Amino acid sequence: MNFVVPDFYPAAAEIFVAVMALVIMLASTFARSVARNLAYLLTQATLIAAAFITIFTMEGEVVHTFSNLFISDLLGDVLKLMIYFSTAIALLYGRGYLADRKIDKPEYYLLALLMTLGMMVMVTANHMLPMYIGLEMMSLALYTMVAFDRDSARSTEAAMKYFVLGALASGLLLYGMSMVYGATGTLEFSGVAQALYNQTANQTVLMFGVVFLVAGICFKLGVVPFHMWVPDVYQGAPTAVTLVIATAPKLAAFAMAVRLLIWALFDIAEEWQMMLMLVAAASIVLGNLAAIAQQNIKRMLAYSGISHMGFMLLGLLAGVVEGDRHFALNAYSSAMFYAISYVIMSLASFGMLILLSRAGFEAENIDDFKGLNKRSSWYALMMLFVMFSMAGVPFFIGFFAKLSVLQAVVAAGYFWLAVLAVVMSVIGAFYYLRVVKVMYFDEPVDSSPIHAAPEVRVMLSANGLAIAALGLAPQALMSLCAFALLRSL
Amino acid sequence: MSDMKAIYLLVPLAPLAGAILAGLFGKQIGRAGAHVVTILGVAIAFVASLFIYQDVAAGNTFNGTVYTWMQAGGIDFEVGFLIDSLTVMMMLVVTFVSLMVHIYTIGYMSEDPGYQRFFSYISLFTFSMLMLVMSNNFLQLFFGWEAVGLVSYLLIGFWYERPTAIYANMKAFLVNRVGDFGFLLGIGLVAAYAGSLDYAEVFAKAKELSVTEMAVTGWPLLTAICICLFIGAMGKSAQVPLHVWLPDSMEGPTPISALIHAATMVTAGIFMVARMSPLFELSDTALSFVLVIGATTALFMGFLGIVQNDIKRVVAYSTLSQLGYMTVALGVSAYSAAVFHLMTHAFFKALLFLGAGSVIIGMHHDQDMRNMGGLRKYMPITWITSLLGSLALIGFPFFSGFYSKDSIIEAVHSSTIAGSGYAMFCVLLGVFITAFYSFRMYFLVFHGDERFGKAHDHAHHDHHGDHDDEEPSADHHHGLAPGQKPHESPWVVTLPLVLLAVPSVLIGFFTIDPMLFGEWFKGVILVGDNHVGLRELAANYHGPVGMAIHGLQTAPFWLAMGGVALAWFFYMKRPDIPAAIQRTFKPIHTLLENKYYFDRFNEIFFAAGARLLGRGLWKAGDQALIDGVAVNGSARLVGWVAQMSRLFQTGHLYQYAFMMIIGVFVLLTYWFNRG
Repeated sequence: MNFVVPDFYPAAAEIFVAVMALVIMLASTFARSVARNLAYLLTQATLIAAAFITIFTMEGEVVHTFSNLFISDLLGDVLKLMIYFSTAIALLYGRGYLADRKIDKPEYYLLALLMTLGMMVMVTANHMLPMYIGLEMMSLALYTMVAFDRDSARSTEAAMKYFVLGALASGLLLYGMSMVYGATGTLEFSGVAQALYNQTANQTVLMFGVVFLVAGICFKLGVVPFHMWVPDVYQGAPTAVTLVIATAPKLAAFAMAVRLLIWALFDIAEEWQMMLMLVAAASIVLGNLAAIAQQNIKRMLAYSGISHMGFMLLGLLAGVVEGDRHFALNAYSSAMFYAISYVIMSLASFGMLILLSRAGFEAENIDDFKGLNKRSSWYALMMLFVMFSMAGVPFFIGFFAKLSVLQAVVAAGYFWLAVLAVVMSVIGAFYYLRVVKVMYFDEPVDSSPIHAAPEVRVMLSANGLAIAALGLAPQALMSLCAFALLRSL
Repeated sequence: MSDMKAIYLLVPLAPLAGAILAGLFGKQIGRAGAHVVTILGVAIAFVASLFIYQDVAAGNTFNGTVYTWMQAGGIDFEVGFLIDSLTVMMMLVVTFVSLMVHIYTIGYMSEDPGYQRFFSYISLFTFSMLMLVMSNNFLQLFFGWEAVGLVSYLLIGFWYERPTAIYANMKAFLVNRVGDFGFLLGIGLVAAYAGSLDYAEVFAKAKELSVTEMAVTGWPLLTAICICLFIGAMGKSAQVPLHVWLPDSMEGPTPISALIHAATMVTAGIFMVARMSPLFELSDTALSFVLVIGATTALFMGFLGIVQNDIKRVVAYSTLSQLGYMTVALGVSAYSAAVFHLMTHAFFKALLFLGAGSVIIGMHHDQDMRNMGGLRKYMPITWITSLLGSLALIGFPFFSGFYSKDSIIEAVHSSTIAGSGYAMFCVLLGVFITAFYSFRMYFLVFHGDERFGKAHDHAHHDHHGDHDDEEPSADHHHGLAPGQKPHESPWVVTLPLVLLAVPSVLIGFFTIDPMLFGEWFKGVILVGDNHVGLRELAANYHGPVGMAIHGLQTAPFWLAMGGVALAWFFYMKRPDIPAAIQRTFKPIHTLLENKYYFDRFNEIFFAAGARLLGRGLWKAGDQALIDGVAVNGSARLVGWVAQMSRLFQTGHLYQYAFMMIIGVFVLLTYWFNRG
């Protein structure tokens, strides 16, 4: 076998981020005070530069390289851009929080960059192995980041739980991959799809494998019953890290679901759609109900995230109806739109928690939002946007996200699922509106003014306004999702 | 045709623009700015209406859509215009009277803090009324119908610090709701059975509808539609028993009493029935219903005018009675006579109201006729115009009211429809009553002793009956100080009086030929072959002069003269007689004072009944069932489930892992059981 020099060009962004990770590792050896700022600035610069590289290397068509291990397509490019974007904002929000707690070590930014690289690899994987490697790269970085406040018992406990359960989930995923390999004889997504098309795969083994694959994906998305880590980790991790976990990795998990289920297993879509349906319904019900009982807003947002991911799955499971694939593009783009909207809302919600926290004080209970309107009516308004949007009030982005997945579900004929989802989101509106209620109608328990760096204020305001603006004009983002999928399928 | 469409659009939109400017930017443009923009808007509408009138007179009518709002269930919801002779006549009346009232308001409201708001409202009213009359479909008709109702509500309660005004506007609103309910049912029946809301399409199906029976009940469909629509008209045009709101609406400022509660809005019901003549013609039952209601209103509301002491209320009851006349005309298929009377009445009743308003200004907002008298020499213009208006109202030959009212009476006379005998009695006696109360007012206000300037204790409020314990707010009811003399009103007030007096006197003479006996309403108003309508009258008609000379020999004229003479005798010669009669016929007087106890009945039966029902539904339905079981019950259930779900989140790692394994297991078994 001859060694062929692969085409590096489509992977330029990944290579750049990897090199920069090494540079930052070197930079962290400088004196602490310098390294801290240097690492942060280098990380942000890397993310911005990676965004430019991704834009300039965008082909608009599907390109394979590295012996078909790597795929470059518009879907991947859009998701990567969203990942840089949300990671950069998350680091921007979290910087002051980490500094207040003296845990803003340069390694934190290194880990964040490695996590980004892992996600990029996941997004561009065309083969089960790079998918798995990317997943582990992301997860290991995240485990470490959760435990970053190593003197906090809660953080280390959360990290431990996350690690053990994550390892279990990885095991399930690997097991599933091996089964699929056994059934089809290949790990490459297009090869798997081809084998399914030719009907040469052993159905029993294949299905066995698919169940495990779905379990692995569901763990990363954090949906019932693989959600148990979500509330504990969200609560235990430092809020800045929770912010990271709750945003970009969801996009990576979405990419994993799309690549594994749609790229590789589209021919048996109706089989995994049934599994996703169970999981989605359970997540929407449990997520919304359990969130009501929470006093801790991080846990509340964790359960809300579970239900949101359930909603996102509604889009994925509505693609094929009785062999008819007409709905696919619409359904999958609604899921993608949902995932992106969720990330934007999630950034703002945890960003607000960070804004209210300060040295020696963690804003993590709903009571901490009491009377926010009196303390700062502007941020109360921003939080109102976020909560209304998450509850699905028209005309915020969350409304259109819910509307589009529900349309997909109804088009596919699953009326019961749509009705269930609507009923549960009405119930869910309660806990979002409770936050609004305490902000506007309760007396503040703590009336200290809000301190935050100017860039955080500006970005958080922009984030909140984006939720409103995208709600007024959702069409562009929706079309982008549909276009990216259309050009990549 | 498209250039005319722009002019059609201009007619309602110009007043709307004025209303928006005066309403939203009233502070910025100031008082003068507010009246300039609104008067300009209405003047543009009037001029455009004149232009359209010429176009229509030349034979160009229009029926088309300008905007489609939505389509649902095979029915188009549109904004469209139907421009024909009936529409253009209404447009002219509405814009002309509105323009007069706008100008008048400058003087009447000059000291009111809500000046800009008032102008905004009356312009908005003009817009709504124009949308109503120009509509070519039921939806827009209903929009205009509700919009004029809304503005009426806002204007009755214009002085919102006064409890009586709030009471009155609430009453008007609620009573109109009853009528609108019927109206909406009627429109719903039309939409359900005709499958369209467009007039032309519905009229084309009228024959088909007239032989249809309603599902379940088996009622004749067209009769049900007509009666439902007429119930709407009863609310808006204040027919018994839904008339109770109109006298109370006098709580609003006088200019709107003239514009809305006399000249235009209250005639919307008459207009609507005339517009629907192709439907009503096919149902004798509905026509008889209309006739009886109208006749009752014409006579019995006239009686109430006799006992009123508030100058505006006398005019208000006379409006009720005249609306009754128009309704009677509708009932005997003399639609064109009804619309003709509507037009003449709009002019002379607006004149009388504005005259009353001028008197009220002169009396410094004292409205009690017992405190007036002899105003003739202080307010000459008001005096002469009011006299002309009163003569028009009682139907003195050659005056416009004569032509319209006499035509109605003759039409009733020749009608054979059930109830026409009763109606004939009512309208004839009504002529006498009208003349009596009109000239009672005229003599009390303009002739006799000067009774103003004496100390008096706001006695003009004591006849309100149901709310006479409420303190009238002092700033609007101060009256003249002792020794002070009334004075003539400024030119902005008297100019509209003069401009309205001209048509009040002349318009009947000049328009009776085309409107009643000519071709003007041909193809717009339909009279079935089985109804006499105005045909018999037309056969005996020999021009307006001949009609007036003939009128001198007929019963209505002598009845009217008798009424005038009696009023003169009672109130000029022997003021002791009315008092004696009042003592002798105490029960009847009490009955009239209390307006036949309609208000009392409504309050005890409907208001209290509705409250009782509401309370019952609130306690049993809302608190027990909806709140208790549905809302709180489901909330408790959700809360319980939420608490349960927390129990699963133990914090133990092995249980979390166990859950995941269970999850995989469930998915596996589920799939393998499916086969």
